[in-house]
Amino acid sequence: MARTPQTRTTRSRKTPAKPAAKSTASAASKQPETSKEELLELYREMLLIRRFEEKAGQMYGMGLIGGFCHLYIGQEAVVVGIQAALTSNDKVITSYRDHGHMLACGMESNGVMAELTGRAGGYSKGKGGSMHMFSRQKNFYGGHGIVGAQVPLGTGLAFAEKYKGSDALSVAYFGDGSANQGQVYEAFNMAALWKLPVIYVIENNQYAMGTSVARSSAQPELAKRGESFGIPGVQVDGMDVLAVKAAAEEAVAYVRGGKGPMILEMKTYRYRGHSMSDPAKYRSKEEVNKMRAERDPIERVRQMLLGKLEASEDELKAIDKDVKSIVSDAAEFAQNSPEPDASELYTDVLVEA
Amino acid sequence: MPVPILMPALSPTMEEGTLAKWMVKPGDKVGPGDVLCEIETDKATMEVEAVDEGTIGKLIVDEGAEGVKVNAPIAVLLEDGEDESALDGFDAGAGGPAPKADAEDVADATPAEEKPKAAPKARDSAPESDDSDAEPDLPDGAETANITLREALRDAMMEEMERDEVVFLMGEEVAEYQGAYKVSQGLLEKFGPRRVIDTPITEHGFAGIGVGAAFGGLKPIVEFMTFNFAMQAIDHIINSAAKTLYMSGGQMGCPIVFRGPNGAAARVGAQHSQDYAPWYASVPGLKVVAPYDALSAKALLKAAIRDPNPVIFLENEVLYGRTWDVATDPEFVLPIGKAKVVRPGSDVTLVGYSITVGKALEAAEKLAEEGIDAEVIDLRSIRPLDSATIVRSVQKTNRCVTIEESWPTCGIGAELSARIMEEAFDWLDAPVKRVSGVDVPMPYAANLEKLALPQSEHIVAAAKAVCYSE
Repeated sequence: MARTPQTRTTRSRKTPAKPAAKSTASAASKQPETSKEELLELYREMLLIRRFEEKAGQMYGMGLIGGFCHLYIGQEAVVVGIQAALTSNDKVITSYRDHGHMLACGMESNGVMAELTGRAGGYSKGKGGSMHMFSRQKNFYGGHGIVGAQVPLGTGLAFAEKYKGSDALSVAYFGDGSANQGQVYEAFNMAALWKLPVIYVIENNQYAMGTSVARSSAQPELAKRGESFGIPGVQVDGMDVLAVKAAAEEAVAYVRGGKGPMILEMKTYRYRGHSMSDPAKYRSKEEVNKMRAERDPIERVRQMLLGKLEASEDELKAIDKDVKSIVSDAAEFAQNSPEPDASELYTDVLVEA
Repeated sequence: MPVPILMPALSPTMEEGTLAKWMVKPGDKVGPGDVLCEIETDKATMEVEAVDEGTIGKLIVDEGAEGVKVNAPIAVLLEDGEDESALDGFDAGAGGPAPKADAEDVADATPAEEKPKAAPKARDSAPESDDSDAEPDLPDGAETANITLREALRDAMMEEMERDEVVFLMGEEVAEYQGAYKVSQGLLEKFGPRRVIDTPITEHGFAGIGVGAAFGGLKPIVEFMTFNFAMQAIDHIINSAAKTLYMSGGQMGCPIVFRGPNGAAARVGAQHSQDYAPWYASVPGLKVVAPYDALSAKALLKAAIRDPNPVIFLENEVLYGRTWDVATDPEFVLPIGKAKVVRPGSDVTLVGYSITVGKALEAAEKLAEEGIDAEVIDLRSIRPLDSATIVRSVQKTNRCVTIEESWPTCGIGAELSARIMEEAFDWLDAPVKRVSGVDVPMPYAANLEKLALPQSEHIVAAAKAVCYSE
């Protein structure tokens, strides 16, 4: 879907990193290497996010989820591909379109869904909601509702890792909308200056709420946005989970190698509106339908599995069934979990010293 | 079992809508993501997608139907292997999941009304004040040194950095320049550039990095060259640092200190002369400290650095060069949230913080000459605010004057007045009087600047007024 990108693409770019950063997957062959086993797992993770989000959308429609609810449908390959290249010690932070990231970080779908319904069993005891969930245990640092705020915060997480002398890095996900916030460039500058171990993943789904990249960005190739700080950027087909993973592996090697930050621009697409109450009139139905029909990240993997990798329909059906049951369990849990006790109103304002 | 498809709510306030168009008909096979119909509200038209796989059994609501209630069944989906016969006797209405929270509740409840009345005692239940009479202070005979406020602040940071490896200092000019106001003098030499970090001029960015580092397990001290510049960073201070613990259900604490000079300096004009105490003191999730003397400044900065919460530490540039006797014991720490009676008296209570404590003490001397015995309270902390100490004093003096450099509207004096009214109304012999900065941006001209700031004569006049003297 990248319209003849001017920036380097994962497949053809010269590796910006030391030799160790070179990935056989992206540099050498046209199609990153994979196995049936790996692809089945990626398929499962992407499908879980999609089914979860569909269920969340349905529950929103039933009035069980309130306020804002931003769905990740269409963008699943981005977070699943990136997370596949990370270790469990790496830190992750993102914006308010965060349900997929939480699931990809290994957070329980029950706890995520129960937070969406504002129940005591939610990750934030019902006090955060869709946009504000965290799991220190899974190294997921939110869930941030202020556009762009997660970029300095994620850079600070990287600062902490470097300060402590650990090998972990930080991944700050943000959208094409955030990419125009001033604080993003303040963070870029310091991350490059101090060579902080942070990967900036720009999820370019092409619309910042209702404003397209073309209407909002003087430099629409967002991978280039780090150039004046010397931060290498790569544009990646964010609808291709293997391309995402290959690019992430290179970025991880570069960043872990102490070379400072790197930008990955993921060209992706959200099928649904910006939030549940967005009718998405700023783009044509044809555009959305074409993307869904021709570029769907899950269907792409499904076809690969059924084709060259010779997976059977039954194998995929078993995954579908498994995912469906996880999601309906989560929906069940999220409806049965009690509302937080009234006494919770006053807790967690301050840490008692 | 056939599955009813319900009329969805497209927004939290939607109660009903128009089923504008069906995109499927009975017998159509659908899967997750397939568009079923279009729904119109007064705001928008939206597509409704299928969530489950199956075959459309029947359409219950006709195309064009208006006023279809949210959660009413609009169609029935047949699951794998079912045919139309499954519809016989099937009551779509009964099968509809009954949401726990009534949709109308969601739409109409305002946050204040929504929650069960959980005893309206927000302030009382929070650890705002401590009723203990003991005033925290230096024990008798403790060793002291006569040093400047600037040195006291530096010593506090130095001792805490020695004590805890994850404490570090970042800000503009804090390292090689030794601090724009020389507060961090010598720290770079002692701790090196890993822990004493010069930042670019980028308040929003480095405040965010500081908060992220605190989430990541460090204890940053973020210096703002002045708090005027922290307005660029206030989103991270409030939205990221103060609120995250609550939003995370207690998982994500943010142990960070934001410090620097606050309030009017001298002749620097409106953009560099403002007291932010009322701004930060209004935010739950923050602690706010504004000390006057070097002894409490050192002990409170150490407390702030050790505190697991975000602390706003407001200093005063005019006081940096003044000297006081300061505890040398590195374990002498004062509790945040406790005020101190710095001059006992019986006729009127003067309450100030930061530089206005000095002005109140001056005023007390003048009042003494006129036979009025003023008690002076140094708030030290603005949040939590030590109501107990103030109420105790007012119960004794029955009169109170508040003093602050900030603007009068929604200021600390306004808050103190309200609390005294609520908690000590019956002890008051006169309405509380506020002395504050005047309600204008700070002027540059020397004479006007003086007029804009509270002076001891204003305090004297206010004290006499509440004492009905003259």
